[in-house]
Amino acid sequence: MSEKPVKVLAENVHKAYGRNEVLRGIDMEIRTGEVACIIGPSGGGKSTFLRCINHLEKIDSGRLSVDGELIGYKQRSGKLYEMHDKEVAEQRRSIGMVFQRFNLFPHMTAAENVMCGPVVVRRDNKKIARERAIELLGKVGLGDRGDSYPMQLSGGQQQRVAIARALAMDPDLMLFDEPTSALDPELVGEVLDVMRRLAESGMTMIVVTHEIGFARQVGDLLAFIDKGVVAEIGEPREILANPQSKRFQDFLGKVL
Amino acid sequence: MSTDAPEDVAQPREKPPIEAVPVRHPGRWVGAAIVALFGAMLVHSLLTNPNWGWSLIGEWIFSPPIVRGVGVTILLTVLSMIIGLVLGIVLAIMRLSPNPVLNGTSWLFIWAFRGTPVYVQLFLWANIIALYTTISLGVPFGPEFFTLDTKTLIPAFVAALLGLGLNEAAYMSEIVRAGILSVDEGQEEAATALGMSRMQTLRHIVLPQAMRVIVPPTGNETISMLKTTSLVIAIPLTTELFFQASAIGNRLFQPFPMAILASIWYLALTSVLMVGQYYIERHYAKGAMRELPPTPIQKWRRKLHLGGAA
Repeated sequence: MSEKPVKVLAENVHKAYGRNEVLRGIDMEIRTGEVACIIGPSGGGKSTFLRCINHLEKIDSGRLSVDGELIGYKQRSGKLYEMHDKEVAEQRRSIGMVFQRFNLFPHMTAAENVMCGPVVVRRDNKKIARERAIELLGKVGLGDRGDSYPMQLSGGQQQRVAIARALAMDPDLMLFDEPTSALDPELVGEVLDVMRRLAESGMTMIVVTHEIGFARQVGDLLAFIDKGVVAEIGEPREILANPQSKRFQDFLGKVL
Repeated sequence: MSTDAPEDVAQPREKPPIEAVPVRHPGRWVGAAIVALFGAMLVHSLLTNPNWGWSLIGEWIFSPPIVRGVGVTILLTVLSMIIGLVLGIVLAIMRLSPNPVLNGTSWLFIWAFRGTPVYVQLFLWANIIALYTTISLGVPFGPEFFTLDTKTLIPAFVAALLGLGLNEAAYMSEIVRAGILSVDEGQEEAATALGMSRMQTLRHIVLPQAMRVIVPPTGNETISMLKTTSLVIAIPLTTELFFQASAIGNRLFQPFPMAILASIWYLALTSVLMVGQYYIERHYAKGAMRELPPTPIQKWRRKLHLGGAA
């Protein structure tokens, strides 16, 4: 297990909004093919950390790298250079992201949403991109809804389209920012099913979630982030059965 | 649960209609009667008072100078709106740029062109010849690349376009900016996460959604522009509709019927624009509504079908 190459490496990552220090020194190591789940109280910095990984947020201090490459910076002869917007955009292509509120493009059909990235960013052929979009929608169980607009779909269906949209760019790392938090309870299962199958296919995934059950079953790694630091981290079953700190015990008491 | 339970308990039940006497609204009836009376009086006077000069209007409404004037008015409206829209989008993007020079220039442009009357601006453009007899492109205080004579560069029509178009751009940029700001931030984030650049995000994701907010006030601006073209007398540009109509009116000593004639043309043109606006709005409503509202033709057809069935 530990022979697999490191995919994401965070060392002492800090991030503040003005005076509000959201991340206060995060360390984490996620290996290729692993599913890392991040739990913790709201406002603790889970989502902010996730958004730093694809540079939607800029970090203030520390090092954050994917596949050994720094995110947003280049290192040449010991000196750091800020990356040009274009280079950052290129880095983001291989990192898929799924949002809490889906953020589907409402003026495009489900298929257009999925093919939009490849067509606009990679300049793929439209016809081929469309066929592949339908195929990806089929994989998330929506092969027949390609012509529906997001508004005509349920929340669970929208989130599955959003997953297909992220997969269309052929990422090798997927970030999920509370993907089921905006869903009705009866729709959570269908989204988790898709994520479970994605994990089984070997995708490296980082999932910010409140679904402890999912973390226990699917996760290889579970991190409890609180007050901007990784308070506890380890094999999910182990640390869930054996929480060390009072804060983690209290948190689990509330969510379980 | 027993095994012989019905398969689906959620069966719809019978739907008996509600039979009730509708509420009467005598106040509304009296109001309607009064309005109808005044309406009838107006129509009566329109038809019987010879001073309206209907026959004169009928005689001149399709005359060559008037029709040509309508053409110039339409051309001025369309071209000025195109200049306004394109420049307005550029100004709005500049205004939202983090670069202070771009941002500040846009602010200054809007400040100047929105803060002075169009009529005055038109006059200034026509007389810019008095300030600069030549226009040249080159390095400031350095060599010049080429030089143009303003008299040949700015004939009346071009001055009118500059005056109307630049003024419109100031207004349009604020409309476009409001549209861009109305799009949810999550949209930009999602596009960015896919690897789109700022410009790609703007073009493919933000602007198409902003259009829903931009189109209605733009329709308003177009209708307003159609009427504002009558101010090009400040230049003066004399081929436009209202100048032609009043010139004929003055020559015949019948200015009033000719003003009515011009009004009829303006109304006809704005009516056409309103229909166009309806369909453009409908186009950009895609995805914002579960079902698009029916077009008037579709509504009419549905009514006919229902009438036939009943």
